[in-house]
Amino acid sequence: MTDYSVIEIDHLSTYLGGARVHKDVNLSISRGEVVGIVGDSGAGKTTLLREMLGLTQPTSGSIKLFGQDIFRASSTELLAIQRRYGVLFQQNALFSSLSLLENVSFPLQEHTDLDVSTIHQLALLKIAMAGLPTDAAFKSPAMLSGGMQKRAGLARAIVLDPELIFLDEPTAGLDPNTAGGFDELILNLQATMGLTIVIITHDLDTLWTVTDRVFFLGDGVVLSAEPMPELVKNPHPVIQAFFSGPRGQIAEMGYAKHGE
Amino acid sequence: MTPETQVVYHTNEKRLICSGDWNLSHLLQLRTSLEKITKPHQGEIIINGDAIATMDSAGAYLLIQWIASLEQSGVQYTLQHFSQAHEKLLRFIIQTSSKEKKLKPPEKITFVEMVGQQTIEQLNEFHTYLTFIGQWTIELLYLFYKKGRIRYDEIAGVIYRNGYQALPIIALLSMMVGVVIAYQMGVQLRTYGANIFIVDFLGLSVLREFGPLLTAIMVAGRTGSAFTAQLGLMKINQEIDALDTMGVTPADILILPRIIGLFIALPLLTIWADIFGVLGGMMMATTMLNLTWYDCIHRFAHVIPLRALLIGFGKAPVFALIIASVGCFQGMTVQDSASSVGRNTTRSVVLAIFFIIVVDAIFSVIFSEMKL
Repeated sequence: MTDYSVIEIDHLSTYLGGARVHKDVNLSISRGEVVGIVGDSGAGKTTLLREMLGLTQPTSGSIKLFGQDIFRASSTELLAIQRRYGVLFQQNALFSSLSLLENVSFPLQEHTDLDVSTIHQLALLKIAMAGLPTDAAFKSPAMLSGGMQKRAGLARAIVLDPELIFLDEPTAGLDPNTAGGFDELILNLQATMGLTIVIITHDLDTLWTVTDRVFFLGDGVVLSAEPMPELVKNPHPVIQAFFSGPRGQIAEMGYAKHGE
Repeated sequence: MTPETQVVYHTNEKRLICSGDWNLSHLLQLRTSLEKITKPHQGEIIINGDAIATMDSAGAYLLIQWIASLEQSGVQYTLQHFSQAHEKLLRFIIQTSSKEKKLKPPEKITFVEMVGQQTIEQLNEFHTYLTFIGQWTIELLYLFYKKGRIRYDEIAGVIYRNGYQALPIIALLSMMVGVVIAYQMGVQLRTYGANIFIVDFLGLSVLREFGPLLTAIMVAGRTGSAFTAQLGLMKINQEIDALDTMGVTPADILILPRIIGLFIALPLLTIWADIFGVLGGMMMATTMLNLTWYDCIHRFAHVIPLRALLIGFGKAPVFALIIASVGCFQGMTVQDSASSVGRNTTRSVVLAIFFIIVVDAIFSVIFSEMKL
């Protein structure tokens, strides 16, 4: 395996509608890492994700996925990059007019020459891997519960066996039990499929249990990139304000004990 | 360099050697070569994964399916020299696929069942439509008797967007219809030397029929669809539920202003369409039939009774009720999906136009019975 970074962002700056979102963002994520991206609301997390996906053009700077600059790549190259990552959007973005099985099969149908029954088998495998019961396959997304929709979105994100997945707020709106199950699922997939995972989240439990490293976005730059136990001790005022609330304290106490 | 992607079976040693990239892009090739292998019927087989460079879940699944078919015929197997990561993946896939149940495709229904289902659906929908009309009628009565709040702002907004902003397109289209009528009839009338009668014909047909009917059809396409899409998206966004919980009924703030607004706007648009329809026709008459503007207007005042205008004008509010109530109803019955918004918008326009034409035909019969 080559040892380049899966994601490499260099001197990225973004102005959106006259407002500066990113001043100078630099980060690099290596293969097999599970990283979290956090920051206050409005710190530009979602914009950063959209830029990494090539949906929003940054003002300056470069973003390299798998060693290739996505804003300089030709459309064929871009397609090849796109096949190597999967995305779970915040609102799941399941196609509402398709059934669960069709949703998960969709990338396979578009990008492979496999026959329908193989596609369905692989899609069902991914549905089961995401922890969904097989009999949900013919339901439409609207008939699934919030947690199941998340899992369906994840199943679709991993159906092409990507090397990298982006998860935007994967546990938002889930009950603690389901959210915990989802964290476990993410770890399990990471361990078995060797995925690199980028998680944008506010969920402190997810940050503590799942991530290897956390990037803290603030003031338009990456304020810190370290594992959770170090990050919460970072003296930067913005970071302290983020983690020193009652919820942050409780989570820290709980997980710090676990660590010992 | 990665070894070539292939799978080789040594019959004598009972050894299956897998190598290369076991991933999605090589899946077809690998499956074909696996299928070609004649499986032993007994004993033990060794599967060697030493030379596998990469393996993803699709590749692992393929191998496991093959192994499962081995086990079915009573052959044992051992995995040899698989890397730790690949073994982990294989185990995970075995674990997941054991949870998988056989997939039952949804049952197909016969033609008769389909007809029955559709009939019941239609009847149900008609029932809900009646309920819907009842609901907003009660709201309306409440508004007048209990002196509820009349939402002037919303009503004005509806009139502005669906009346005022439609003026140019309605004017243009009615004018063209007037031109077409005058042109088609003018050719016939000229052969009889009855040029001046174009004014009678134009006046009566535009004022009584074409003005109200075409305006209603255009507004059904323009406004009815907008109502459905707006309300449908609000429903999907749970905005309607939010209103309900705040003690504001959707009928009060969303539906009544639309119905009242269109009730006011459509008759006005009809008059506007009448004006331009007649003007367009006269324009054609003056250029093609050697009539002067004076002739036209003079005769128009003489031969066209006020009744013609009033009959046309009187239909407009009825059409407005049809368009607004069908549009709002279809919007309120949107289910949680994007395709549902599309389907209901189509239905809204089709049903509104359908009812407009049916009602117009009924009006024609009534008026001719009354000798109007």
